[in-house]
Amino acid sequence: MTDRAPELLDSNRLAYAGGALPAASQARIGRRWGWWLYAEYRLTSMRAYLPTILIRSIGLPLLYLSSMGLGLGALVDSGAGRVEGVSYLVFVGPALLVSSIVMESSGEFTYPVMSGFKWQRHYFAASASPITPGQVAVGEIVAVGLRFIPEALLFWLALVWFGGVTAPASVLMVLIAPLAALAFGAPLMAFAATQTDEGSQFAFIQRFVVMPMFLFAGTFFPLSAMPTYLQWIGWISPMWHGTQLARVVGFGMTNPWWLTWLHLLVLVVAAGGGIVASARLFERRLTR
Amino acid sequence: MSVIEARALVKSYGELNAVDGIDFDVAPGESFGLLGPNGAGKSTTMRMIGGTSLRTSGTLTVLGLDPETHGPEVRANLGVVPQQDNLDTELRCRENLITYGRYFGLPRSYLRGRADDLLAFAQLTDKADEKVDNLSGGMKRRLTIARGLINEPRILLLDEPTTGLDPQARHILWDRLFRLKEEGVTLVVTTHFMDEAEQLCDRLVVMDHGKIVAEGSPAQLIRRYSTREVLEVRFGSDRNAAVVAQLDGVAERIEVLPDRVLLYSADGEATLEQVTSRGLQPITSLVRRSSLEDVFLRLTGRSLID
Repeated sequence: MTDRAPELLDSNRLAYAGGALPAASQARIGRRWGWWLYAEYRLTSMRAYLPTILIRSIGLPLLYLSSMGLGLGALVDSGAGRVEGVSYLVFVGPALLVSSIVMESSGEFTYPVMSGFKWQRHYFAASASPITPGQVAVGEIVAVGLRFIPEALLFWLALVWFGGVTAPASVLMVLIAPLAALAFGAPLMAFAATQTDEGSQFAFIQRFVVMPMFLFAGTFFPLSAMPTYLQWIGWISPMWHGTQLARVVGFGMTNPWWLTWLHLLVLVVAAGGGIVASARLFERRLTR
Repeated sequence: MSVIEARALVKSYGELNAVDGIDFDVAPGESFGLLGPNGAGKSTTMRMIGGTSLRTSGTLTVLGLDPETHGPEVRANLGVVPQQDNLDTELRCRENLITYGRYFGLPRSYLRGRADDLLAFAQLTDKADEKVDNLSGGMKRRLTIARGLINEPRILLLDEPTTGLDPQARHILWDRLFRLKEEGVTLVVTTHFMDEAEQLCDRLVVMDHGKIVAEGSPAQLIRRYSTREVLEVRFGSDRNAAVVAQLDGVAERIEVLPDRVLLYSADGEATLEQVTSRGLQPITSLVRRSSLEDVFLRLTGRSLID
């Protein structure tokens, strides 16, 4: 089945003209790189809404940092003086960067997933090729994760411009934020893969999961400032773990070393678990 | 040797056997049809061929390989045209072909030329840079077929290729599929249109409720299960059933449909003479050749399109 008979090599033919790689090679590439081939497609298709992405990734940091950082910051600094030993802008900046990317993941890992299964059915299109359903899931996550890196970078540059970071290591936020976004988004995508109808569940998640996480998971004030009985919200939020990591690299926030590693571990486990779960659920739904 | 071989193939969803123990073979270069009404198990069979639906039991090989364990190897040899178009409507026509070709690991340098050839084949050259959203239904369908050919497949699976298209668009599409058939591509077509099956298929199986109820070439099936001609007469919907008693013996077989009576015989005109000689005056009468629709009616007692 690999090599075609010579009499079939004919460029006027549409079917097997003999110009493509042999099927066995196509399959071999697919088995190994299928996840990347799907990610490549997703990155291409995102070009269609590139202007929206750009406006968002440039506009959002400017809005957040000028209002929360400078505006609210002036008020906090004149009252409390410093938060965690730094100005409010420096304290809140890394958190805004991480949370804006995490919040974006809540959109990117829900509606496009519903579309892939139901509206545009791209997942079915891809799984009719050598790419396997599990690879489609991984490719989707890789593509969105990669897209978050330049977005985080633009935010970081804005942060530098506003004077919101003090340490060169702060550039690591560019990786921490996408990791936190996957820690939240990959499990969310696994959930989205189980949904057959878009009712209000995604909007519910936005309102009752993402917003509380943004407001209560140590973004605007240290988690320790909240009553003890509310602090669990931070501990279960990938956003908080990401924010704390970003603060460690952003201004050298004092944090026990084990806790820093724990933050990282939580993010890696949540992201990894979400990827495995998504791959399995895609496999199930695309081979039904 | 068969390129597709199915034995006792079953696919169950809970209690329901969507595909209920079917056997068939597809020969290389053949144009093979699965004809049946909606819900007969045709699409499920197609998806099992590509390994995108896991079978419940039975065996299935495509080019000698099991699509469940060798999915990538099997699908590298397939072109798939699904029932519902799943083109990327945000991308342009050419981009759709190129991005899809990348799924097969094909290099962009090859794909650019290939995309142009396929756009020409699909008669979409002047729409190459148009977004898919702006295409008509027939154009989208042709683009989906072009996309299915991007990897130079040996077998093209077409699931209801012309459903939802107007007659002109269907003819253009059939013409394109004919060209592929001439090139010796193995076509597997599902359809619930008997004219499509007659046009495209060398051989077909008639499916109903997940089972194969008949198999053969369109001509063989018509010969075996129907008469040469059919006389269709209408007496008005309230009288059709009533006159049947008086038609006894005029034809080999009589089918009473809600709107008309079908009389099966070798010579339709002669049958019509017999009908009128019994003093019956149909409102309309029509003599035609038997078709697969008649075969289906005979086999299942139902018409193909409910």
